[in-house]
Amino acid sequence: MFRKSNALPGFKRTLGFTLFYLGLLVILPAGGMIFRVVQLGWGGFWHNATSARALASYELSFGASFFAAAVNAVFGTILAWVLVRYHFPFKRLVDALVDVPFALPTAVAGLTLANMFSPNGWLGQFLEPWGIKAAYSRLGVVIALTFVSLPFMVRTIQPVLEQMERETEEAAATLGAGRLRTFFTVVLPTLMPTVMTGFALSFARALGEYGSVIFISSNMEYKTEITPLVIITYLEQYEYAAAMSIAVVMLFISLAMLAAINLLERWAGRFQS
Amino acid sequence: MAGIVNHKRRGATVKSQRGSDEPAWVRWLLITLGLAFVGIFLVLPLVNVFVQAFQMGLGFYVKSLLEADTVHAIKLTLLITCITVPLNTIFGMAAAWCIAKFDFKGKAFLITLIDLPFAVSPVVAGLMFVVWFGRQGIFGGWLEEHDIKIIFAVPGMVLATTFITFPFVARELIPVMQATGTEQEQAALTLGASGWQTFWHVTLPSSKWGVIYGVILCNARAMGEFGAVSVVSGSIAGSTETIPLRVDKLFHSASMAAGVSAFAVASLLAVLALITLVIKSYLEWRTERDHALAQEATGEVGN
Repeated sequence: MFRKSNALPGFKRTLGFTLFYLGLLVILPAGGMIFRVVQLGWGGFWHNATSARALASYELSFGASFFAAAVNAVFGTILAWVLVRYHFPFKRLVDALVDVPFALPTAVAGLTLANMFSPNGWLGQFLEPWGIKAAYSRLGVVIALTFVSLPFMVRTIQPVLEQMERETEEAAATLGAGRLRTFFTVVLPTLMPTVMTGFALSFARALGEYGSVIFISSNMEYKTEITPLVIITYLEQYEYAAAMSIAVVMLFISLAMLAAINLLERWAGRFQS
Repeated sequence: MAGIVNHKRRGATVKSQRGSDEPAWVRWLLITLGLAFVGIFLVLPLVNVFVQAFQMGLGFYVKSLLEADTVHAIKLTLLITCITVPLNTIFGMAAAWCIAKFDFKGKAFLITLIDLPFAVSPVVAGLMFVVWFGRQGIFGGWLEEHDIKIIFAVPGMVLATTFITFPFVARELIPVMQATGTEQEQAALTLGASGWQTFWHVTLPSSKWGVIYGVILCNARAMGEFGAVSVVSGSIAGSTETIPLRVDKLFHSASMAAGVSAFAVASLLAVLALITLVIKSYLEWRTERDHALAQEATGEVGN
């Protein structure tokens, strides 16, 4: 690492401290886990990482996170649009409330959502007659993941919508395009990369979530067990090799998601000013 | 990732413009949809926490909070937060200084590394520390010989919480420090101030709201962290149980009274969330106002 000429002091010291801190807290711990899994050998790793139980949990974790991100892509976009473009009473309060899932500890979110969606809860009682089981089912997992990842969607779209030039929309209208046509041919294409970034952020957040899900899910093997829970269960049974192998899979997926989000952000940035 | 979530928005005033407005019924439909979603999905769960917490009366609520194990959990949560937040604040300032004020190779990679805890599952984070310090871990034998406990003890919980919360201050401070540039610091140095003096009297005052913002978010997350802490703690009542772990244990015990107690303890964390949101909104309102005032001032000079 080389720095450009700059008269300010403290570069070496602060960078040194930063790297030391990150090394101790991130590189060493992650390295140790990867090292242990490498010791297992490819066969051992593959056997543990693709056990039937692990595969079932990947299916649920990826599927539920995808659905949650998709629900957020629709409602999060509507919410961001309404907050940026329209005026209505208590708008500031509503805007602040979008951060509730971010500020509320996940255990509390899981606790209250499980209670609300249980058969005699505030919302569950309306779903019960229709035969919809929300709490303690796969639907419950989707509900919890939608809750925790909503702010990522809204807060990604909001600033982009605010900076969007309205001239192009007006030009389209002047040229005779209806509002619907303007939305689909002018607004949506400009907004799409940002919605995809928000989708990726929501998805990444949902994939790793643990706290809220274990409250609202029935946590049944092969059925409603998310991947982070499988890791914990193996750990509690002293099956370290299995726990670590699955954790390494999750770790590399997180790294891939971070890389994908960086690329998406750069791509979305091209569409703004 | 937090950089996006906590993005401070400029107060963009949107005037209604002919030709680029939706018909009134579409507007009201979208507003209704948005508000219904917020009401059902964000407000109702929060209200439900308090309604459930008080369903057996105020007396039972207070009794739940004064239970010995709960009091211990509150104290432990405060202890862990008091260690974690200052550590991560110092880290955040150091990281923001070298990233915002200097250019060097590998900067983008360093920022990605700081973002890592946002993407990694808390469970995976907790497991990393078990791999090093657990009984069968890399240091496990040595630690046992010397009678040092890290996993299923407070040090491990501090480590896990520190990992989960270290990006917050750094992520908030980097854009703030970048925006102020380096001219003021360079002027102070030219006038003979030392590096530390420059930092205390020039850099810190101009970025203090960024620091406070980051600390508030870091604090909220540290107090509420569940996944990573539950992996390393072992949840021993009266010993290694934090507030969120206590909520979990009460929820999973069979008695109905314990279920209500779970909500009573959870309501503490809900109050914490509300306080965090209020301070966060206040800080955002302040930055918006300062920004508007600054724009007005430059506008006047321009005229």
